[in-house]
Amino acid sequence: MDKTVKKYWPLFVLPTMAAFVIGFIVPFVYGLFLSFCKFTTVADWKWVGFKNYTKIFVVNGKVDTTFLHSLWYTSLFTIVTMLIINIVAFAIALALTKGIKGTNLFRTAFFLPNLIGGIVLSYIWLMIFNSFLARYSKTIVSTQWFAFWGLVIVVSWQQIGYMMIIYIAGIQNIPGELIEAAKIDGANSHQLLRFVIIPMLMPTITVCTFLTLTNGFKLFDQNLALTGGNPAKQSELLALNIYDTMYGTTGWQGVGQAKAVIFFILVAVISLIQNKLTTRKEVQQ
Amino acid sequence: MAKTKSVENQKKADLAVSAARQSRHSGLLTVFFTVLSIFWILPIIIVLLNSFKRKAYIFKNPFGLSSVPISQGFDKWSAGLSKTFVGGLNYGNAIRKTNFFSCFGYSLFITVVSVALIVLCCSMTAWYITRVKNAATKTIYVLCLFSMIVPFQMVMFTLSKFANILHLSTPWGITIIYLGFGAGLSIFMFTGFVKSIPLEIEEAAMIDGCNPPQIFFGVDIPIMKPTIITVAILQSMWVWNDYLLPSLVLDVNKYKTIPIAVQYLKQSHGQIDWGAMMAVLVLAIVPIIIFYLAAQKYIIEGVMAGAVKG
Repeated sequence: MDKTVKKYWPLFVLPTMAAFVIGFIVPFVYGLFLSFCKFTTVADWKWVGFKNYTKIFVVNGKVDTTFLHSLWYTSLFTIVTMLIINIVAFAIALALTKGIKGTNLFRTAFFLPNLIGGIVLSYIWLMIFNSFLARYSKTIVSTQWFAFWGLVIVVSWQQIGYMMIIYIAGIQNIPGELIEAAKIDGANSHQLLRFVIIPMLMPTITVCTFLTLTNGFKLFDQNLALTGGNPAKQSELLALNIYDTMYGTTGWQGVGQAKAVIFFILVAVISLIQNKLTTRKEVQQ
Repeated sequence: MAKTKSVENQKKADLAVSAARQSRHSGLLTVFFTVLSIFWILPIIIVLLNSFKRKAYIFKNPFGLSSVPISQGFDKWSAGLSKTFVGGLNYGNAIRKTNFFSCFGYSLFITVVSVALIVLCCSMTAWYITRVKNAATKTIYVLCLFSMIVPFQMVMFTLSKFANILHLSTPWGITIIYLGFGAGLSIFMFTGFVKSIPLEIEEAAMIDGCNPPQIFFGVDIPIMKPTIITVAILQSMWVWNDYLLPSLVLDVNKYKTIPIAVQYLKQSHGQIDWGAMMAVLVLAIVPIIIFYLAAQKYIIEGVMAGAVKG
């Protein structure tokens, strides 16, 4: 079987791999290379070593904290949204697996914002935030904290429904006998949650935690549309900061690419930690 | 004997009480979630309402119907009402300003073709790399896993420049980029499923004289249908709503997708025609809601299956 299948590779593998090389491999490798160059297009590169990387933090002998601010702001944003989204989604999922009337309708409503893209969502909320804040002569970009909580609300509204669906799937996968047995042993609902449901849900909790972590870390569309990084780049998350460096200032493409490499390493580390945790959990079960 | 009976009765009574409590509890929860659900979709309702309002009133009176409170009498209230609303004016503006129907067409075309390509090509590749075990197929699999953890910012500059050089800045060309960038997750999900297909079925087909393409399309594709739906739904949600990739790759003077059209309504100095914006948002949301209500079962199942695997 192996041998007969093998010679069909031009049909089965070649189209995908050609697109994969164009759409991923070459841009990735070349992007890595360009982070060590000064360039404005892909053809006019000049090797500069680690200069782009040092320029992220020090410009003309002066310390530049823009990137560090963005890193800190992004981390805070990621942790806050991770907590809010998971706690609310889990609570809703618990309630919607109790068989109350209208469950399907509620599930439909909560999931809906997730299907609407980040750009469209953000303009919906921009109108609501700004018309509300206009009463106090403020806008969503009056301070970086208005922008911060605005983004938190938009992203929570979008992702709670998605995580809720995953939690519901997880809860429904818990064997009914296990819950019955605990009830017969006299466990109250608090104990049931603490000692049966949450331990059984650990794999789901890990998946959702890391999904929200990477989503938060990589957030771009909502940031661009809702705040545009205002006021004065104070609300720039990492992805927007990289975009801004790359396309906002000529001659800084190399620095933007170097920031992108650092960004990639951060995202990769989060993903690898997740992978370690999930595989360990699977072994335990 | 009597004692056991009374214990049993006691238990039955307990159950009845707890069931009653449960149902009262559940009634309260229904009320609570009804209110919460309405609040949840309220932003969309407000946008729908405001899309029919005169531009000036969107910010003056975003949450109400009439510019005059009803306490001042019905006549004044209804006069305020007719002053506030302009009918379809915003929609006309919005469609003209964004050339909405062509954007919708491009979005639809790019999404359908990209997702079809992704499903077809990636399922084939996934089947091949599961059935043929050698260093090359193993490398492909590892590269696919690797591509899943790379954020788009890492490749955006080089990718958009290469797309220009290779003349892929068109709605046709971008589908190839989507295939390349979406391959990782799709191949990963398909491989997970192909591993569970028993070899015996394929061997039986082979003995009957089928060649590998016939086996794949005749035997495996029907079995893979649930995963195909999952992948198709996850990738459609991504491609339809994607903003950054098409805005960098496409020649945006000629081709705009819906997210690009929405973002471009904001002018370079940050001014927004909020009347047109409200209408465009509604026009962008309506197709999604129709699709959602029509394919809800598959969408929810797809998300569930995708999360369990990914």
